[in-house]
Amino acid sequence: MTAVAPEPGPGDGGASHCPGCGRPLAPGPGGADAGHCPGCLPPLDPPRFCPACGRRLRVLVSPRGWRATCRTHGPLGPDF
Amino acid sequence: MPDQPSSSPSCSTPSGRSTTTPRTDAAAGSAPGGSAPVALLRRPSGEAAASCPVSLPPTLSPQEAQEALADAREALLGERRLLRVEELARLAALPDDQVAALGALAHEVRLDRLGPTVEVEGILSAKTGGCPEDCHFCAQSARFDSPLLATPMLDDQEVLQAAWETKASGASEFCIVLAIRGPDERVMARLLELVPLVQRTTGLQVAVSAGILTENQARRLAEAGVHRYNHNLETARSFFPQVVTTHSWEERAETCRLVQRHGMELCCGVLFGMGETPAQRVELLGQLQELRPAEVPINFLNPRPGTPLAERPLVGAWEAIRWVALARLALPGVLLRYAGGREVTLRDLQALGLTAGINALIVGNYLTTLGRSPEEDLRMLEDLAMPVGALSAAW
Repeated sequence: MTAVAPEPGPGDGGASHCPGCGRPLAPGPGGADAGHCPGCLPPLDPPRFCPACGRRLRVLVSPRGWRATCRTHGPLGPDF
Repeated sequence: MPDQPSSSPSCSTPSGRSTTTPRTDAAAGSAPGGSAPVALLRRPSGEAAASCPVSLPPTLSPQEAQEALADAREALLGERRLLRVEELARLAALPDDQVAALGALAHEVRLDRLGPTVEVEGILSAKTGGCPEDCHFCAQSARFDSPLLATPMLDDQEVLQAAWETKASGASEFCIVLAIRGPDERVMARLLELVPLVQRTTGLQVAVSAGILTENQARRLAEAGVHRYNHNLETARSFFPQVVTTHSWEERAETCRLVQRHGMELCCGVLFGMGETPAQRVELLGQLQELRPAEVPINFLNPRPGTPLAERPLVGAWEAIRWVALARLALPGVLLRYAGGREVTLRDLQALGLTAGINALIVGNYLTTLGRSPEEDLRMLEDLAMPVGALSAAW
């Protein structure tokens, strides 16, 4: 899927939604600073929602990695 | 669906090793010499819902514990027969301070039957989410508000890429998993193309997990070269209706029998930690003895957001080792594979399971969640002086 990401994207300090639940992140520690809501993204889970827009991601988990793609923002970068 | 499965009143409590329920012989009656010990697979006629046929004795005293372990050792390594359900129930009542001894016996039995080799497998969710079934532990059910986005079946290149990743991890087996009730003709056609393609291209043995099968489908999958077919019982027959309502335990058992009838190896796993009692875990082990699978993946519940079991506590690490060991003692000749939930459940005790009966691993990531790196697992096997290789069950 082609990225059309004019908005701030994941990994560039612009995350505005929790990748675990998709809700907008509250500012400050435990929210935007942490990159996800408290307890929302278990350590062994890939992101489920786009950090830029909160849409559900298409996630492919393979034995050695994962790929997550937003219909609007394209693939999440490896620095997520 | 219930939020928290409750226990059958006829079974021990979830902390049940200290129950004062008297041991009954309802589950006794079994056949020595390796045949199935008790008819746990058959439902009494006219009975709508099964009750657990197993009761555990109270926690054993130190003297009783020593006797139970010695008796099990003699049965498995001397008489070379399967343990009976009542013998397994007695071992399940060992106090916590005897779990290490239980694990040591399980390790001895594993080495006796199958040696030190460990089989390594990779898995792939080739069709994720949107499943019509309501397995309460599963994030891929369309019936729950799970964060997973349902995705259609992967294309050949995506599947092959995952198979190559598996191969690079030193694995001999690659399992293609689909979140479906059972395959329709379109899915069958894809599987019949994919299985030989992966096998031919990578040299890996190919396993498939695609739900409930018909006789005709089982035959065609076997003819296409499916090495193992995965179809988990998950839990005891008496507990199953509390975690799945859209199909029955008996339907699962029937697919397992079909798989074997058509010459594929049966991979039939368990999932501990859904609220089942220890007695129901023993019941399940007895039911697996009757099915005689080649492989038994051991999963521990990793509670998934949005599912009815999302708030269940994890199985304790030491308790998990107890059930790994009991599974080996119940099923001495199977491939007993670490599967989902081991990282979060066992944490630093993962290596201990390999000296308590485990002789196979899923390496790398799982279907929708991540695992630790294959390199960590391979280093663990190297540290344990356990070579990696393909295995077959030794019933």
